[in-house]
Amino acid sequence: MRSMQVVRIIPLGAHPRDVSFQSLIMGLEQVLPLQCRVEAIPMDIDAALDSSRKQYHSTELLANLVSLPERGEQRVLGITPYDLFIPVLTFVFGQAQLNNRAALFSTFRLHNEFYGMPHAAETLQSRCLKEALHELGHTFGLRHCLELPCVMNSSTYVEDIDLKPADFCLPCREHLQDVC
Amino acid sequence: MSAFDPSEITIMVVDDELSVRQSLEAWFQDDGYSMLTAENAAEALKRMQEQHIDIILLDIKMPGMDGLALQDRIREFNQDVIIIIITAFATVDTAVRALKAGAFDYTTKPVDPDELSILVRNAVDRIRLQRENTALRESIDHLQFVDDIVGDSPQMQKVFELVKTVAPTDSTVLVLGESGTGKELIARAIHMNSTRKYFPIIPVNCGAIPETLMESELFGHEKGAFTGAQYRRKGKLEMARGGTLFLDEIGTLGLKSQVDLLRVLEDREFHRVGGERMVKADFRLICATNLNLEDEVKAGNFREDLFYRINVFTISLPPLRERQTDIPQLARHFLEKHCRTMNRTVNDIAPEAMDILKAYDWPGNVRELVNAIERAVVINKSGTITPDDLPMQMASRPASSSEDVTLADVERRHIERMLANFDWNISRTAEQLHIDRVTLYNKIEKYGLKRP
Ligand SMILES: [Zn+2]
Ligand SMILES: [Zn+2]
Repeated sequence: MRSMQVVRIIPLGAHPRDVSFQSLIMGLEQVLPLQCRVEAIPMDIDAALDSSRKQYHSTELLANLVSLPERGEQRVLGITPYDLFIPVLTFVFGQAQLNNRAALFSTFRLHNEFYGMPHAAETLQSRCLKEALHELGHTFGLRHCLELPCVMNSSTYVEDIDLKPADFCLPCREHLQDVC
Repeated sequence: MSAFDPSEITIMVVDDELSVRQSLEAWFQDDGYSMLTAENAAEALKRMQEQHIDIILLDIKMPGMDGLALQDRIREFNQDVIIIIITAFATVDTAVRALKAGAFDYTTKPVDPDELSILVRNAVDRIRLQRENTALRESIDHLQFVDDIVGDSPQMQKVFELVKTVAPTDSTVLVLGESGTGKELIARAIHMNSTRKYFPIIPVNCGAIPETLMESELFGHEKGAFTGAQYRRKGKLEMARGGTLFLDEIGTLGLKSQVDLLRVLEDREFHRVGGERMVKADFRLICATNLNLEDEVKAGNFREDLFYRINVFTISLPPLRERQTDIPQLARHFLEKHCRTMNRTVNDIAPEAMDILKAYDWPGNVRELVNAIERAVVINKSGTITPDDLPMQMASRPASSSEDVTLADVERRHIERMLANFDWNISRTAEQLHIDRVTLYNKIEKYGLKRP
């Protein structure tokens, strides 16, 4: 394994409600050889808002992250409380550059409240960790994995996220060991 | 089923909007599929020419050729590719049309990620099944889309071999054969089995177009290029772009047109009549003739340099009388076909009728056989074709006649026979004989032929 990968975590827009970055970082660093730090820098993301859809264009937000000057990190991970979309699709949980620097995900649909259920702090925190691992996995070159016990399994429902573990299957892990 | 590797599935996104192409491309790339995009119909067809594509995600509303028209076009040459229509404006009407025309499924923008995943996964399941089936069939390699070219005779097997050999190359082909032997079918078979199959094959019947109009027919013209040219017009060479130009009856091409054609073949570019801009010539050339071009060259009717240009790879079609063993198979094939198109039930050909078909010498070749069977299907009542359903002269006429001494005798008998074949339809008979109607009338008068 090479030297620690440094991940810069950047809140896009407001800080996501009820999400602890502290515990997210702990989770990430447990699963992957990462060194994470949060950096709240002001970013103007209004241009990515589609006012008729009341959603943010995920690809444009990703472009904002890509344009940030590098500051000693290998990866940037954006986290936003706003709902994300890409053209054609009604929404996306997150998006990442395959085998590249930037990733982001939204907490909007990770809240139980979004589905009319009572708030569940732990569930929300665990969904955030899985989304973060999944999108970072893409930046390390992983594609969707068909193994069920693997965080790289693709999720189109929040229930799919709950079903998978906050960890990688063996083949995905082997791939990660080669690249990070 | 064996382990599934998404990278073995190629998906093409066809949409005029860049952001749609990019987002779908990225989204499916994460699943591991091999992705391609095209921003319009022409680009999509080009991609299909370059490589195998399994699934097409197709937008309906595009400038130029729209999605439904593109789907129709693709279905002409490719039944296997799975087309999923994605459209912003869903109407039941277009959905039904798309599905009837062979779309696999249909969805509207914006689509739920889950719905799109399931659509594509269903398509992938079907592809995996198809692949297993083709793996089974692969041992039997056969030519595609040559429905009407039938025959087990060694002569036809040789023809099939030649088609198979030359089709994938971009070589110019010269198809030789008597009238009615199916030269255009061979040209189509070559086209449909070539890499150009996703683009059109444009036939030009050189014998049917007056020399004065040939230049504009081939090269097109700009508005006002000559008196009567009120609109800009695309020529056949431009229409054949990417595909195949089929020049039928090339031997009748006038000398001026021969020079024009030769120049294009040498320069690979041309301009419209009255136009300045040079247009790239991008077509494969297939020519056909029932004349002996070497004789035409000697007689000064055909340019020698053009002859060498087009005489690169030759396929000679045998006349039907030289492959009599194919007649039963051909007759049954066209019987089935005419029954299908005319919605009639005629199940068989009686042995006595088949004997007559086999003994006849078929001066009009396969086309004459097709006509005879068509006529028999129309007049038949019993469900089995008998000698009564066949044209009279077939049964009575010996294969060759000792009465024919002079050339005029042969011509008179031949015209008589052809007229009978086509129930004295002057236009069709003249067409078969490659003469104009006036000439045919003159000959009818000269020989005193009368309608029975
Ligand atoms: Zn993913
Ligand atoms: Zn995995």
